[in-house]
Amino acid sequence: MKKFLIAAAMVVVLAGCSTQPTAPVDDKSTTGTPAAGTTPGTTTSGTTTSGVSGTSTGTGMNPLRDPNNILSKRSIYFEFDSFVVEDKYKAQIEAHTRYLAGNKSAKVTLQGHTDERGSREYNIALGQKRADAVKRVMTLMGVQEVVIETVSYGKEKPKREGHDEASWAENRRVDIVYFGE
Amino acid sequence: MFIHRSLRLAFALAALLLLPLAPARAQLTIEIVGGAGTAVPIAVVPFDGEPAGPTGISGIVGADLARSGLFMLVETAGIVPRPSRIEDVQAAAWRAKGADAVVVGSARTLADGRVEVRFALVDVVKQAPLVAMVYTVTPAQFRATAHKIADVIYEKMTGDQGVFSTRIAYITKLGTRFQLLVADADGNDPQTIVTSNEPMLSPRWAPDGTRIAYVSFESKKPVVYVQNLATGARAAVANFRGSNSSPAWSPDGRTLAVTLTKDGGSQLFLMNSDGSNPQRVLTSPGIDTEAMFMPDGKSILFTSDRGGSPQIYRLTLGSGAVERLTFDGSYNVSPRPFPDGKGFAFVRRDGARFQIAVQDFASRQVQVLTAGTLDESPSVAPNGKLILYANEVGGRGILAAVSSDGRVKQRLVAPATDVREPAWGPFPRP
Repeated sequence: MKKFLIAAAMVVVLAGCSTQPTAPVDDKSTTGTPAAGTTPGTTTSGTTTSGVSGTSTGTGMNPLRDPNNILSKRSIYFEFDSFVVEDKYKAQIEAHTRYLAGNKSAKVTLQGHTDERGSREYNIALGQKRADAVKRVMTLMGVQEVVIETVSYGKEKPKREGHDEASWAENRRVDIVYFGE
Repeated sequence: MFIHRSLRLAFALAALLLLPLAPARAQLTIEIVGGAGTAVPIAVVPFDGEPAGPTGISGIVGADLARSGLFMLVETAGIVPRPSRIEDVQAAAWRAKGADAVVVGSARTLADGRVEVRFALVDVVKQAPLVAMVYTVTPAQFRATAHKIADVIYEKMTGDQGVFSTRIAYITKLGTRFQLLVADADGNDPQTIVTSNEPMLSPRWAPDGTRIAYVSFESKKPVVYVQNLATGARAAVANFRGSNSSPAWSPDGRTLAVTLTKDGGSQLFLMNSDGSNPQRVLTSPGIDTEAMFMPDGKSILFTSDRGGSPQIYRLTLGSGAVERLTFDGSYNVSPRPFPDGKGFAFVRRDGARFQIAVQDFASRQVQVLTAGTLDESPSVAPNGKLILYANEVGGRGILAAVSSDGRVKQRLVAPATDVREPAWGPFPRP
C-alpha cells in the first residue's frame, strides 16, 4: 500500500511536470537572424540549443507519451511523391491541435522526412513540403502559426534502414515533436 | 649521435604503438574499375636516392598517373644502369618495352636536411625531353612533391591541368556517428573536421579552399555552417526558423546561395558568406533548391518543381530571367556546372534508377555516365575531367568517380563505413 502511494505520488508529480510550462527555450531559430559565432573551434556536437529540463520521460501518464492516448501517435505517413495529409490522420492531428490549445506554452516542431530515393538536398525540400502540409491542417484547425516550426530531415533520418517499399513507406512521414522532448 | 638516433627510433616506435588507439578514420582506397581505351604507356623509373617502397616519390607519381586511367605504367625493371637524368634515357630500350614516355629523377639530401628533388619527362617516341623541374623540400613534403610532379606530367601529356594536388571532402556514417572529413585526392591523410551524432550533408569548398560550408542537424534541424579549415573555427551562417540547406559559394567566395524556408516554401536566397544580408532572389510557388553558381558568377543553376516535376533551371542574376534546361525525363536534379562553363553534371532518374549524366549547354545533348541505381551528389573535379559521386553497393554508401567522357571509372573504398556527399576541392593556390 505504502509503495503504491509513493508510486502514485511520483506519477502525480511527474504528470504535473509534463503539463507545466517548459523552461524558457533559447530559440535561436525564431530570431530571424543568424546565430553568428557559435563556439569557435568546436568540432564536436550533438547538443541542442535549448536548456530545457524537467520534462517527463514516459511515466505512462504523460498524455503525450501514454500509448493509450492518441497524442502518443506522432507520425503521419505519406504516399510516394505525395504531400497530401490523408483523412485517416484527422483525429490524430485534431488531438494535437486540442493539446496545443489547452497548453498555451507548448510548441511543436513538425519534422518532415522522405524515403531514401533521390537527391539529399531536394529531399530536404520535399520533407519540408510534407511538414508544411501538416502545419496547414493544424493552422486551419485553429493552432497559432507561431507555436509550430516546420523543418525537414529529408532522407537523413530514416525510421527504417531497409531498401524496400515497406521501409520507404515508414520513412515518408512527418513526426510531431514537442519542444523539450 | 647514437643516443639521439635511438631516441628518435623510440619515439617512432611509440608513435606506431599509439596508432591503433587513435580513432579509426576512414581512409579511402581508390581502385580503377574501368580505364580509357587509349591509356598512354609511361615508365616511371625509381628516383635515384629516394626512399624505397610505395612512399617513394616515383611510386606516388606512378600511382597518381595510373589512377587517372589515362596512363598505363610500363615495367621499369631490367634496364641497367637505371637512368636518373635526361641524358641517361636510352629511347630505343624504352621503346622496346612499349613506353611512349619515361619519367626519371633523383632525390639528394642537402646540408640543411632539406631534399633536392629533380625530375624529367622524356618523350621516347620523338626522343625529346618534355619538361624538367627541381624542387627543394623537406621529407615531410615528399607526398605533396610527388603529386605536384604528377600534375606537371599529366598537363604535359594531356593538355589539362592535373588534380593530384587537390583535396576532397566527404561525410562518413558509422553507426550513429557522422564525420565530415577532408583528405588528399588520392584518399591519403584523412582528417576529421566535424564529428556529430546527427546527420551532416552538403559540404561545399570555398573557392580558395580555406573554408567549407555544410549543413548539420546537430540542433535537430538543418543549419548551414561555415568552418575555417586551418583554425577549426566555425559560425552558423544560416540558422533561421524552418530549414536552412544547400549552400553554394559564388566564384569570388563573397556570397553564399542557400535554400531557406523562413518565409514559407523552399526558396533561394543570396547572403554574404558570413550570413549577413540574406536576400530572396526568386519567388516560386513550389520548391527552388540546389543552387550552384556558374563559373562566371553571373548565373545560377538550380532545381525546381515549378513545372510539375523536379527539373534543372538557370537564373541569370542580372536580369532575373529563368530558363528551363532539362526536359528529358521526370526527375533531373543536383546540377553541377563544369569549370569551363560549357555544361553541367546532374542526377537523372530513369525508371527506378538514379544515374549521373552530363548535359551540354549549346547542344542540350545528354550523356548518361553511370549505371548505378542510387547514384547521387555529383562533384566535378576542378579540371572538369572527373566527376566524384556517391552510390550504394550492398546497402552501404561508397564513393565512385567517372571521367566526364564516361570512359574511366574509379571506386573509392573505405572499409566498414558508409561514405557519402563527396566534394572535390579547388586547385591549390600557388
